Amino acid sequence: MYRYDEFDHQLVNERVAQFRDQVSRRLTGELSEDEFKPLRLMNGLYLQLHAYMLRVAIPYGTLSSRQLHKLAEIGRTYDKGYGHFTTRQNLQYNWPKLKDVPDLLAELASVEMHAIQTSGNCIRNVTSDQYAGVAADEIEDPRIVSEIIRQWSTFHPEFSYLPRKFKIAVCATPDDRAAIRVHDIGIQVVRNDAGEIGYEIYVGGGLGRTPMIGKKLIDFVPKVDLLAYLESVMRVYNMHGRRDNMYKSRIKILVHEIGAEDMRRQVDAEFAEVRKAGHLVLPVEEIARIESYFAAPAYETLPAVSPEFEAAKAADKGFADWARANLAAHRVPGYAIVNISLKPIGGTPGDCSSDQMDVVADLADMFSMGEIRVTHEQNLTLAYVRQKDLHALYQALEANGLGTANIGLITDQIACPGLDYCALANARSIPIAQRISERFQDLERQHHIGELKINTSGCINACGHHHVGHIGILGVDKKGVEYYQVTIGGAADQKTAVGDIVGPAFTEGEIVDAVETIVETYLDIRKDGERFIDTYRRVGVEPFKETLYATH
Amino acid sequence: MAQHSRKGAQFQAVTASLLVEGLVVYLTRDNRWSESLQDAEVAEGKEAGEALLARAQPFVANNVVIDTYLFEVEPGEKGLVASSVREQIRQAGPTVRLDLGKQAELG
Amino acid sequence: MPLIKKGEFITDSFTTVADEAALPEGGVIVSLERWQAERDTLTARNTPLGVRLKSGQEPALIADDLDKLAVVALEFPVYRNGRAYSYARLLRDRYGYKGEVRAVGAVLRDQFQYMLRVGFDALEVADNITPAIYKACAGSFTHAYQPGGDGSVSVFTLRHKRG
Repeated sequence: MYRYDEFDHQLVNERVAQFRDQVSRRLTGELSEDEFKPLRLMNGLYLQLHAYMLRVAIPYGTLSSRQLHKLAEIGRTYDKGYGHFTTRQNLQYNWPKLKDVPDLLAELASVEMHAIQTSGNCIRNVTSDQYAGVAADEIEDPRIVSEIIRQWSTFHPEFSYLPRKFKIAVCATPDDRAAIRVHDIGIQVVRNDAGEIGYEIYVGGGLGRTPMIGKKLIDFVPKVDLLAYLESVMRVYNMHGRRDNMYKSRIKILVHEIGAEDMRRQVDAEFAEVRKAGHLVLPVEEIARIESYFAAPAYETLPAVSPEFEAAKAADKGFADWARANLAAHRVPGYAIVNISLKPIGGTPGDCSSDQMDVVADLADMFSMGEIRVTHEQNLTLAYVRQKDLHALYQALEANGLGTANIGLITDQIACPGLDYCALANARSIPIAQRISERFQDLERQHHIGELKINTSGCINACGHHHVGHIGILGVDKKGVEYYQVTIGGAADQKTAVGDIVGPAFTEGEIVDAVETIVETYLDIRKDGERFIDTYRRVGVEPFKETLYATH
Repeated sequence: MAQHSRKGAQFQAVTASLLVEGLVVYLTRDNRWSESLQDAEVAEGKEAGEALLARAQPFVANNVVIDTYLFEVEPGEKGLVASSVREQIRQAGPTVRLDLGKQAELG
Repeated sequence: MPLIKKGEFITDSFTTVADEAALPEGGVIVSLERWQAERDTLTARNTPLGVRLKSGQEPALIADDLDKLAVVALEFPVYRNGRAYSYARLLRDRYGYKGEVRAVGAVLRDQFQYMLRVGFDALEVADNITPAIYKACAGSFTHAYQPGGDGSVSVFTLRHKRG
């Protein structure tokens, strides 16, 4: 993974010093809250329901064990011993004190981490595929271009006061595990007929109040021109994005209002000029330098099938169950991709205690070359595990509440923090996810149901990505009472779709039964081999409306 | 965002967040900021509510608190209760971590 | 309001003139509308001229006139509105403008360095800004990842220049 050089260190340290000064000017009153708020937001510091919340950037979700140990330590020292992994691969602390944040940031800087641009109207964390570097059908490690974009977008003087926040995601496989079509810019790494690597660019995707799917703006941007193209999109947006209405300020609204054709024309015109000027062509040595950090590690030569692994599965049912759900195929024989579930039955999706972080960091050192990935589905991934080590790894995970065997199954839910933590929320989301988890906890039942993604958001800002859940749940406030609106048929993969609203909202007491009704309806009508989303795409929303509202 | 007070709310209190710690506090009768809702001064009627909120403003100017606002409360047998789910949660702590927040610290 | 140009506090040698007001002696900065309506009269004056662009008035509108303008003032109506960063960039990079690019309006100290980097060389700042504050803010970050409209070289390039 990428390692800071002296320039990277210097920038992060200077940022810490700058923020330390800003905090001290705030505490003396030299800065009012109004002046301070945009500054603290650009350092990822929010004021939430109970306390401040700090969002730490985890670039494209990749962490070293050293960094994860530091996150654990920070959680103990400055917070309440846990953190929350988000749908943008970041980590949130829920209880830092303002006076401690400069020191906290200094601790992060000591391990090459920061909270820069994790909030504010600027370019946010670039997110990517948690299987980067190890998926068999990957064209190129998407983290190479993600790191280039990260640096280019950090403290970008021209694009730090955009009309609104800006989110970029990168994918390098046919399967989209980064939800690129619901990002402001989605980048698909591709190869052209000449075998050259380049990028397909989608613009104007997003969730929230007005969910939209990104439009493909260009089929192929050569690698050498990528930053020039991105700069062109950003410049068109910065100049023409609406600034009169906060709810109409994202680039998706601009694309919607002027049309993809006009957007393309404007971007192309700017691109021609920027490319001509040539400022953004990276030196070949620089690309090579960054690429070198993502070179394949030194794998052992192992048999494709590990006898130890097979024997352990036969002997240990719990392990067999876990292997069945939580592993993904690795490009190198004898290895496996391990998904660690942060969705224990009845737990808070995405939460991880400091102790658990230390356990995972140690296990990463022992079994996965010291590297951990955070997924945008709020789980963790170890990408370099030898099959023969899987049983020992599983036992350690299981002993620490990290062995839930539910990846991709119905209890592997996504939920935002909701009204339990978030000042923007209208309703609680975590208790709903917890009760759904408990209702469906039987593992055989979960496998019988198969792949089913349930996403819950506590408000229309959709941090739980409910629009693209196979079942989406949106918490709403009706006269001070929490209600839950259901959508079905959303998807965040390469067939991205926004879910369809089924009908009137459900009460807190009704919502879990409603989800069960949807599941049972699917099981009744599904054809052989159909996942939930396949059945939905075949039959549409009507059968579900009927069963949900039959007695209403 | 959830409403803090319905129109025509009869009883209101003032809440804010401490600048340094970010913790939720309530304005008391003797112009202190307490972490416990039970210590909050209750204003009856619209004018009293506005006056109470005005009393909070010097603390903003002096960098003690941020984000002051009125919210609806109901005096009850067991003490003051916030009317909205949001303020109930804010007063106690996350409902999914009963070991954290005021519900754990203030008992 | 103090004016800082190329790092020095200077007296403004221009008067910003309202649309209906009479033009005084010396250098004047007028609105785009006035410039477009009175271009000939203004250029006939033989004094330094400037145009002030509002948010939404892009530099392309005066691209052909830049050789007549000593200063282009770009307005930030609120600090949150960052359009003028792109306008400055275009003036320098696209149109090759070498005159003064001045930031006016909501100009906060925490933005000084970004403004300089995109090509502003004059900043109209709040009354409480001292030379010490300016120097500290303008130099918050030694280097930048991005090439600048002020000619600065990006870290990507610097890394490999040191041989």
